[in-house]
Amino acid sequence: MPRPLLSTHGLTKDYPGVRALNAVDFDLNAGEVHVLFGENGAGKSTLISMLAGATSPSEGAIYLDGHTMNFDTVARAKSHGVYTVFQEFSLIPTLTVAENMFLGQEPRAGFLIDHGEMRRRAQEIFDTLGFALSPSAQVASLSRAQQQMVEIAKAFHGDLKVLILDEPTASLTDREVDHLFAFIQQQKAKGVGIVYISHRMQEFARIADRVTVLRDGAKIGTVAMTDTDEAHLVEMMTGRAIAEIYPVIATMPGEVVLEVNGLSTPGVAPSSLSLRAGEVLGVAGLVGCGKSRFFRAMMGLTAHQTGTVILKGQDITHLSTREIIRRGLYYLSPDRKAEGLDLAKTSNDNLGLNVVTSGTASKRGWITWRVVRERVAEIADRVELPHDYRTKYVSQLSGGNQQKVLFGKAFGQDADVYIFDEPTVGVDMGTRAALYLKIKSLAEAGKAVVVISSDLPEAINLSHRLLVFAHGHVTAELARADATEDTVLKHFFVESEPTL
Amino acid sequence: MTTAPTSADTSGVLRKLFLRVGVLPFFLAIALVVFSLMSAKFLTGQNLVNVARQSVYLVLVSLGQMLVLVSGGFDLSVGTAIALTSVVSAVSMTWAAGVMPDAIWLAILIGIAAGGFTALLVGLVNGVGVAYFEVSPFIMTLGVSSVGAGLALFLTGGVPVSGLPFAFGDTFGFGKWFGVPVPVFIAAICIVVMWLVMSRTPLGTQIYAVGGNIKAAHLSAINTKRTLMVSYILCSLIASLTGLLLTARVESGEANLGGSMALESIAACVIAGVSLRGGIGKVQTVVLGAFFIVMVQNGMNLAQISSYMQMVLLGGLLILAVIFDQMRYRMIMRGR
Repeated sequence: MPRPLLSTHGLTKDYPGVRALNAVDFDLNAGEVHVLFGENGAGKSTLISMLAGATSPSEGAIYLDGHTMNFDTVARAKSHGVYTVFQEFSLIPTLTVAENMFLGQEPRAGFLIDHGEMRRRAQEIFDTLGFALSPSAQVASLSRAQQQMVEIAKAFHGDLKVLILDEPTASLTDREVDHLFAFIQQQKAKGVGIVYISHRMQEFARIADRVTVLRDGAKIGTVAMTDTDEAHLVEMMTGRAIAEIYPVIATMPGEVVLEVNGLSTPGVAPSSLSLRAGEVLGVAGLVGCGKSRFFRAMMGLTAHQTGTVILKGQDITHLSTREIIRRGLYYLSPDRKAEGLDLAKTSNDNLGLNVVTSGTASKRGWITWRVVRERVAEIADRVELPHDYRTKYVSQLSGGNQQKVLFGKAFGQDADVYIFDEPTVGVDMGTRAALYLKIKSLAEAGKAVVVISSDLPEAINLSHRLLVFAHGHVTAELARADATEDTVLKHFFVESEPTL
Repeated sequence: MTTAPTSADTSGVLRKLFLRVGVLPFFLAIALVVFSLMSAKFLTGQNLVNVARQSVYLVLVSLGQMLVLVSGGFDLSVGTAIALTSVVSAVSMTWAAGVMPDAIWLAILIGIAAGGFTALLVGLVNGVGVAYFEVSPFIMTLGVSSVGAGLALFLTGGVPVSGLPFAFGDTFGFGKWFGVPVPVFIAAICIVVMWLVMSRTPLGTQIYAVGGNIKAAHLSAINTKRTLMVSYILCSLIASLTGLLLTARVESGEANLGGSMALESIAACVIAGVSLRGGIGKVQTVVLGAFFIVMVQNGMNLAQISSYMQMVLLGGLLILAVIFDQMRYRMIMRGR
């Protein structure tokens, strides 16, 4: 066994009142891809932020090439060849791609920045990576996936020893993922050690050598990828079997409540669907395939070009979002921070807003706060939001609890159709299971439910019927019995490559 | 926030107080101590009643300003709304009084209506610009403020409009209802109404929601554009009311009334914990904030600080308040 390239011993991080990471021993060999796997809040981010030099450990040590290394800044970590691509973007939208990549270390010609040289070097990096990006493009004009690529490219200057990638594929298309993986293989061959964080287990088989599973800040174990499978990893991560996560939702379809005919919007070809009361319709597809755009157009959030939307026999095609919500269509945003919650307010205040706007708690224009409080308490109970968190600012809650509040907002009014767009993004397994039960109870109470999800097991296991989107088209409609991961995946790639 | 903590307990309490209401209690305490040391006359009942009477105008404007700040914008044109109201109401009032000298109260009503209508237009232009054309509130209200100030000067040629009916000044400037000075009486009503609107009506909740996260508000079935517009209109109307009261007080229509109101009202709100990012602010504390500003001005007068130096201090106070607001917001977002 060679000496590991990077290792930690008893690494611990305490935040006031919380031990985020508890005595973790981790090691990374040269030329290895080592996956960190765990729920949100398991300690992955804490671990890598210490490896990256963004925070310093409370106890324990980090060794690089056998020497003690306590990186106190990201810049110091970089000077030792440890590069981290964080999930949060650090790009300046008003600058060009090349300017962002060389920010603070611009190539110079005398006193002036040598823009030509900068673009040339950026282009070189893109060629190595196989990224189709223009160095002179403005970052603001790029898609999220492209910005992610810039973020990755930004890490590749100089002498690379350890590369830490935090969910790098979260917003990449399949083709971009292929490029990234090819690059990872190439770096691996050069002897670079790669720490890779991801929730996507399909990816592990393709690139991982070993997997370390974290839960509640502690290391559960490290396994070689050849000795394990997905079910085993999920069990290690959650402490429970996969069948316990997805509930069985009784099927009792009623009347058709929602009918969409030939609705199209920029990026989505005319598509149709119909939805019955008591039914859960899954909508699967890659990020950027148009599935979310289709439903946002339906909600009047973006303009649609053609088509009609009929809710309970009424044409709601050209109504405003506000009016559509009033008529009984509820849309849960995939981005709870940007468009879901008011982070500087308490959970109760956030829930109260929807109770107030539903109009059920006011008399002759006056709000009856007693009623609002009662309704809010009911809703908070319903989504199992712990009492302590109800009067806390939403920004202080974990992703899982924030998502519970977001779900609770959906219950502030009585809708007929609930559209959940990425209902469990960034939510831990335990909370997921709880949220799935809420979806079950809605459907079994006769509501029509749509679950749009990029998480394939989620879309498959929750739904009675599954629509598959690819490149702005509905490419398949599958009954529950026919929807397996393999069949669905085939429909992801039926058409030509997207041009990004 | 370490105001020399004597123990972990008191610092915890101070911290909570700061998170809940902002910097105002600390400023108030400091101001009370400093000014009572500087002048013996400051902390007397007579002087504080005086401060209360003087603060009526700023309290009113700040209430309107708060609406707009909570909605996520700000209104630099409140001073202009005051000046325009003053000029337009005075011109139309004197004209009407000249036409029908027997119906003085009708003339006064016409003047008030004309002034209010002008301010309604100012608010409407602001609101439409910000909500529907998505002009930044800074540029929109700055532009409108220039337009309005220009119009007010143009209408009067820069000369105060005199010859207002005596009844107008006697009632709204110096009169008393139920033993209470009329301006104080009107301000009290406005405070109660505003408190009801913000805490008991869906409109108030909607303004908080739009300022807090406009996209989330949109997805919660709120008409965000209308909400924004109503905020600007109400702000302008309250400023207009202040303009009428000030006109009655000086007994002439003047284009330079309310010149410092934009800065002072924003300062009063921010010191009172209204967030410049929107979504946060309480009527009760804003009233106190406006009272605080007037009290500081009064204290500085008693301490014989020159009016030029007062401007310096007021600007500094505003910036300091914003710095504390920033810290408070970060503490809220970071948690713990």
